[in-house]
Amino acid sequence: MGSQKMEREQYPKLYLYRRIVQAKLFIDRHYAEPIDLAQIADEACFSRFHFSRLFKNSYGKTPHHYLTKVRMDNAQQLLAQGVPVYDACFRVGFDSTTSFAALFKKHFGVSPSVYQAGQLQKQTSIAANPLYAVPNCFAETFGWKKSNIR
Amino acid sequence: MQCQIVLPKPLAGKKAISDSLKWRIAVIFEKTNSMITKVTHMCVYVLNQDSAYDFYVNKLGFKIHTDAPMGPDSRWLTVTPPEQPELEITLFPVKEGGMFDTETAHTMTELVKKGVFGAAVFTCQDLMATYEELKGKGVEFKKAPTKEFYGYEALFKDDSGNWFSLSQQRL
Repeated sequence: MGSQKMEREQYPKLYLYRRIVQAKLFIDRHYAEPIDLAQIADEACFSRFHFSRLFKNSYGKTPHHYLTKVRMDNAQQLLAQGVPVYDACFRVGFDSTTSFAALFKKHFGVSPSVYQAGQLQKQTSIAANPLYAVPNCFAETFGWKKSNIR
Repeated sequence: MQCQIVLPKPLAGKKAISDSLKWRIAVIFEKTNSMITKVTHMCVYVLNQDSAYDFYVNKLGFKIHTDAPMGPDSRWLTVTPPEQPELEITLFPVKEGGMFDTETAHTMTELVKKGVFGAAVFTCQDLMATYEELKGKGVEFKKAPTKEFYGYEALFKDDSGNWFSLSQQRL
């Protein structure tokens, strides 16, 4: 009860937050589909401009930029799993590998293929010697040695 | 490439010092001022790594940094906050073996369950939005958002019992 009072006092427009959070979760779930952000704004009963402004206040990014970030983060995961760049691009909702590669490089400073090569190299190193990823203080504490962890 | 030599204040502007000597002083000065620079790893004691994986990745939205088996019964599991990829949070299992003998493992398990350990302060862009989202995902809050001197704060617990502060700085 006390916390609800606090919420009302400090956040008089709690219902607005709930609608913004719902819109964000919708993006999280449907990032791989051709999402129409204008439609989300309509469904949340906001004007597009108002929706974009409130979303940016809460998440520091416009809905469009947030959608791109979610797609990029998921592309990173797929690339790290060894999914080919071409497939990763379409699986996160892009329809052009050129724009995907350009945005990826803008976000992470390296091209998708270079990022993937780095990740696979890291995984190979860890597979060859898992202690590659563990600070020695922890390895010693647990008694992990190259000879007893394979 | 031209480089600016930055000297300690008492020596700055001394024209009589040769460039090579200036460089040597600057290097020594830089070394002595570069002690600890960053935190790269921190530990959170968890009761079950599978469950912790689900909590930190699927509920909090953290990213997996390393998930490597260490022999048949151990696993090195670290996650990073979404926008801080250089800080690895090690999800350290509390179980017998390694650093815990039977008694210590039991005591630690009880303390973690009891919620004795406060593990970190996280920050977010908008506390109320994050609070609503995490609550919707089933995260248990010890304290709903309150106004503090510096901004807003809420407290939540992880799946083991560790508590964290979630804050938003006042703009």
